[in-house]
Amino acid sequence: MNALYSLVFVFALVLIPLIGVGAAKLNVFFGICIPSTALLVFLAGFVCKIYGWAKRPVPFRIPTTGGQQEPYDTTLFTQNKWDNPSTGPQTVVRMLLEVLCFRSLFRNTAVKLDVKNNVVAYASAKWLWLFAILFHYSFFIIVARHMRLFLAKVPMPLEWLEFGDGIMQIGIPRMYMSDVLILVGLLFLLGRRLVDPKIRYISLVNDYFPLFLIIGIALSGVYMRYFAKVDVIAIKDMVVSLTQLKFKVPAGIDNSFYVHLFLVSTLLFYFPFSKLMHLGGVFLSPTRNLPNDTRIRHHENPWNDKSIMPHSYAAYEDDFRAPMFEAGLPLEKLPEGAEEEAKA
Amino acid sequence: MAKFSKKPIELLQSIDYTPPRTDWMSTPNDFSDGRYAYPAKPEKIEYLMKELPGAFANPREWSPGDVDWKLPPNWKDIVHEGFKERLNKYRSLKVFMDVCVRCGACADKCHFFIGSGDPKNMPVLRAELMRSVYRKDFTLAGKILGKLTGARVMEEDVLKEWFLYFYQCTECRRCSLFCPYGIDTAEITMMARELLHLCGININWIMEPVANCNRTGNHLGIQPHAFKDILDFMLDDIEAITGKRINAPLNEKGHEVIFITPSGDVFADPGIYTFMGYLMLFDAIGLDYTLSTYASEGGNFGLFTNADMMKKLNAKMYAEANRLGAKWILGGECGHMWRVINQYMDTMNGYLQGPQMSTPVSPITGTVFGNAKQTKMVHIAEFTADLIKHGKLNLDKSRNDYVKATFHDSCNPARGMGLLDEPRYVLKNVCNHFWDMPENTIREQTFCCAGGSGLNTDEIMEIRLRGGLPRGNALKYVQDKHGVNTMACVCAIDRATLIPLADYWAPGVRITGLHELVANALILPGEGERTMNLRQEEFEELNAQEEE
Repeated sequence: MNALYSLVFVFALVLIPLIGVGAAKLNVFFGICIPSTALLVFLAGFVCKIYGWAKRPVPFRIPTTGGQQEPYDTTLFTQNKWDNPSTGPQTVVRMLLEVLCFRSLFRNTAVKLDVKNNVVAYASAKWLWLFAILFHYSFFIIVARHMRLFLAKVPMPLEWLEFGDGIMQIGIPRMYMSDVLILVGLLFLLGRRLVDPKIRYISLVNDYFPLFLIIGIALSGVYMRYFAKVDVIAIKDMVVSLTQLKFKVPAGIDNSFYVHLFLVSTLLFYFPFSKLMHLGGVFLSPTRNLPNDTRIRHHENPWNDKSIMPHSYAAYEDDFRAPMFEAGLPLEKLPEGAEEEAKA
Repeated sequence: MAKFSKKPIELLQSIDYTPPRTDWMSTPNDFSDGRYAYPAKPEKIEYLMKELPGAFANPREWSPGDVDWKLPPNWKDIVHEGFKERLNKYRSLKVFMDVCVRCGACADKCHFFIGSGDPKNMPVLRAELMRSVYRKDFTLAGKILGKLTGARVMEEDVLKEWFLYFYQCTECRRCSLFCPYGIDTAEITMMARELLHLCGININWIMEPVANCNRTGNHLGIQPHAFKDILDFMLDDIEAITGKRINAPLNEKGHEVIFITPSGDVFADPGIYTFMGYLMLFDAIGLDYTLSTYASEGGNFGLFTNADMMKKLNAKMYAEANRLGAKWILGGECGHMWRVINQYMDTMNGYLQGPQMSTPVSPITGTVFGNAKQTKMVHIAEFTADLIKHGKLNLDKSRNDYVKATFHDSCNPARGMGLLDEPRYVLKNVCNHFWDMPENTIREQTFCCAGGSGLNTDEIMEIRLRGGLPRGNALKYVQDKHGVNTMACVCAIDRATLIPLADYWAPGVRITGLHELVANALILPGEGERTMNLRQEEFEELNAQEEE
């Protein structure tokens, strides 16, 4: 049901620019107003969200330790520096592995219950990791490629990226691998949500909607490039003029461009308020971005309440002085009459 | 108490990982017998409210099985305000509420899910129980779109559901290891439990030990003189086993080291053998140390209630080290005690350290424990491993030849510290036969005993045994394959909880602390010929049994 709602919603989103541009001729509105607002909302929302997280204190260092700790004797035990870092640089490596290689997801296993043989087994299950990597890197490459639209002169690294992405040399215009792989990744991520009963059970509209939306963006982009063969020069003119705050909307750009742009705008609007903020959140997770070192170095908790004191030894001894004396335990203060008794 | 009579095979057959047809928000709570632990006695709550104002509330007679939980009339405000306060105090909570993508990587990593198939035991869904309320109360989309975005209004049934499922989480953090964003359900469970406490929802198995620890210094409320009696009994037993009368200093000033270990080991079999092991070890090396009755509890059940309570109980360690003039603290085998020491202690209470405290140095080997220079607290497995490396222990490994050992990594030292190789090194040096369990069930991927975080009470035995399936099954694997008959561990809760677990899933395997095996192999200076182990079982019989 949640999937269906999301799908219908994305279809509606496709219709809006088709009607808006195709019938109502609101080219400026859909070509300039909406995208620039979306971009502003995205940037402001993203910054606010990150600031909201970052300003909150981290009272304790609670890294999840994924390996051997820093030992007191390095000849006896070897620290797993990347999964259980104890210094800043080691933690940076852990974070790089997490952000760039999806280290934790790479650990994934699937439980297999074999009742007949009384065995609980844990099979390696790297599919999620693989397709997540495909999707995220394709997405990244595609976003990077689009930067050429914003830059009057395209820098060399982008040229190389594009060349590499199209190195298979299939078709005209040349097919980008990232276009195919992002769809493969997305379809896997969607398929697994629909097929695995456990994942389907936990999936919300918040999970299906961004998937359908990004699929819509990818498909409209593919349609523009390979089928409608839209006028990229005109689009670049428009975008570059936008960045120079000169607003002009050239005529004759295919409607599919407006669909694509509207869906991207929706994604930008939606991004800061959604789970997609894991893009920023992954950097701020206290179980990952801190060294496991509070036994070695002091960590300050800004709200540590120093008025909380232990139940004092004095109160404890007051409570149990007589029996402690009886048992011969050392005391700070002898019970009344004990000294005289001892003398006598 | 609910009787639990399912056979292991019946329990296995009852596990179904396919979720029910009803969506989870409409699945009703099941509060039948055996599904919940008993609530705290009102006098314990009253006592703690006096000792630590603000953390606990609403002392009363009630039962989770009743329809009316006698909640305070403004409980919704209490939860809402408490939630808001914690979202501002903990970046972890705020980030974990916001970033989950429900990828499901955590789903089958939880021992309670693996053993029950209950979808609300998937860590992601456990967190959603709270996240759904977060969305409704604290996000714009949730306020406007409601259920469509997975938001729901806080109702009494939701609060009851929190109680059911945040007391089916042992805060073991296995899920957080697999989460691509490191979302830590332990952190979420802690926050949920704090909020529940504000409404007076709690369990006695946690609250009574907390109250006892605060007053008497230990779990069971044993008073100092009785503590000394128990210690004397242990010394008698050690004399019977070794022929040597050793000494165990108690509450004495002017020793270099104060030794603090969980009090469970003072009272309960088989923990007492581990405790005897410590005493024998200290005698063998002539350690200048003292025990304390005031700080006789290393384990900190405060961790399972409220951050302030944890701080208050933990502060006794430094207070007593200062009073007795100890330079550093040696800590015994305990799971969550070491989570607290490694990740919270110095941050909470470091300022209480007296000027006499200094970076721990082994007085026997001269080794500087640089990795403990801030807290001044060393784990006994580190300490003993160092002694072994320097050849300071006279060991007769063959005394442990009847032992076919494996090692259970306790969750907290594994995933909240990384104490993995030290205990194995010690174990391999005192024991000739050792096999690890399968790799997905040990070290950082270790499975919980299913009784951690204060859930080691018998009224929820079915929940515990279901949660114990992954550990039990891995144990059975090495039992069948290598004839393993002993599972060693470095946790006092494990020593209590793994026994019913092993009896159920891998009958015939006994549970032991690491230092019970150390002391069994250890030759004390001036001891007589040993014919029995620390449990006073004759070696001849044990070896004969093994040969059969």
